[in-house]
Amino acid sequence: MSEFPGKGLAKGLAVTLKTMTKRSTTRQYPDTPPDLPPRSRGVIALVEENCTVCMLCARECPDWCIYIDSHKEEVQVPGAARARQRNVLDQFDIDFSLCMYCGICIEVCPFDALYWSPEFEYAEYDIRDLLHDKERLGDWVETVPPPPAHDTNGEPAKEETAARKTQLAG
Amino acid sequence: MPVWVELVLRVLAVVAAFLTLPLLIGQTEHKVMAHMQGRLGPMYAGAFHGWAQLIADGVKFVQKEDVTPREADRPVFRLAPVVALLPYLVVLLVIPLGPSGLVAQPLDIGLFFVLSVVGVGVVSVLMAAWASANKYALLGGLRAAAQLLGYELPFVLAAASVAMAAGTLSLPGIVEAWRPWWLLWQFPAMVIFFVAGLAEIRRPPFDMPIADSELVFGYMTEYTGLRFAFFVLAEYVGILVIGALTTVLFLGGWKGPFGLDAELGWLWTLIKVAAVSFVIIWFRVAYPRLREDQLQRLCWLVLVPLALAQLVLTVAVKVAL
Repeated sequence: MSEFPGKGLAKGLAVTLKTMTKRSTTRQYPDTPPDLPPRSRGVIALVEENCTVCMLCARECPDWCIYIDSHKEEVQVPGAARARQRNVLDQFDIDFSLCMYCGICIEVCPFDALYWSPEFEYAEYDIRDLLHDKERLGDWVETVPPPPAHDTNGEPAKEETAARKTQLAG
Repeated sequence: MPVWVELVLRVLAVVAAFLTLPLLIGQTEHKVMAHMQGRLGPMYAGAFHGWAQLIADGVKFVQKEDVTPREADRPVFRLAPVVALLPYLVVLLVIPLGPSGLVAQPLDIGLFFVLSVVGVGVVSVLMAAWASANKYALLGGLRAAAQLLGYELPFVLAAASVAMAAGTLSLPGIVEAWRPWWLLWQFPAMVIFFVAGLAEIRRPPFDMPIADSELVFGYMTEYTGLRFAFFVLAEYVGILVIGALTTVLFLGGWKGPFGLDAELGWLWTLIKVAAVSFVIIWFRVAYPRLREDQLQRLCWLVLVPLALAQLVLTVAVKVAL
């Protein structure tokens, strides 16, 4: 024992007393909603109109929790030589009991049909109820927050520079 | 007032104190511990900051099944929690709350009585441990026996020092004789008494007999329901008793910093008891559990010699005066 005996005890007493006088950091969750950080991954929202049934999300999903089904429809475009074909979404389910919230489907979607929503209160008593169909996924869209503002000191988005280039050229 | 009415009143007052103050201490422990750890503690029971948490706990304990293990020594097993709780109730009888006989039962040998009754605690622990027929309980019980027998010595020696200084064994008499400068004179004895008292009621950092990380719950492992609640309650009453004894012996009991002792004596006592109880709770949060060898070393190599030295000092000052 090189140190003064009881030094550790005095330190411990001081720290605990100091902590006691400070405000507690606890948030009473169900009473006060939590402050979620930006880009929180709560649930995945689907904008059905943007989906072209390209199946990229279903194929890239690491645990295959996206189930997609569709059929083709003929669309008569006035003035066109022949009818166009269009994919119509019949089923778009995400099984949140399998989903690991990696967000690859959202990254990979070329038409911005999938978004992260910070809503997290969708626990169920039955695991089968965690399979959200396209109506339920569509309901989450209104909870999607606007994208965070661009960093003022950051590089401009690729699209912006491209647009500026075409403007200068034209 | 006839004698029996007064008797009933006094006993009722002690029982009321016995039933309310430990709950108050328990609630304070919940809250103080939580805030010392940056938490909130109970917030829901009773709507306002969880004030009814311990009542809810009590209701829960009553509802639980009362299990006695098949291999247990039934009568001893069932009796142990009562033996743990009862001595503390008896101790409260002789602790003076205020001057001029504000004590349930003034005893001339009050200090002697208190020390011997508190010593019964070790019997209850050994009863619980042996009767449980459980190896964790047995280990806890043996640890408790070693600890309680060891710490009994500095506990008694420190109390003897103050009794010698006051020249009486009566608790009101000790408070009567107490002077503020005793705080300095009897300071080592106070520290020894407090630390040994913590060990006597098996509070952290001296909770080696319970040691939930190694012994499940020590001698309480096999207990459930109301009997377990009795042991927990005994711990809280233990805090009250050690706080009250420290107050009466070393902090001047009902004597306040300015007059009015006759009117406000009981309040001073309660405030001091609350302060000591707070320190006991504070120690639990601030310090880790002592290892078995550290625990015995502290007792035999630090506290006992210090207590003996304090006795010599007390005698020297007493003779010099």
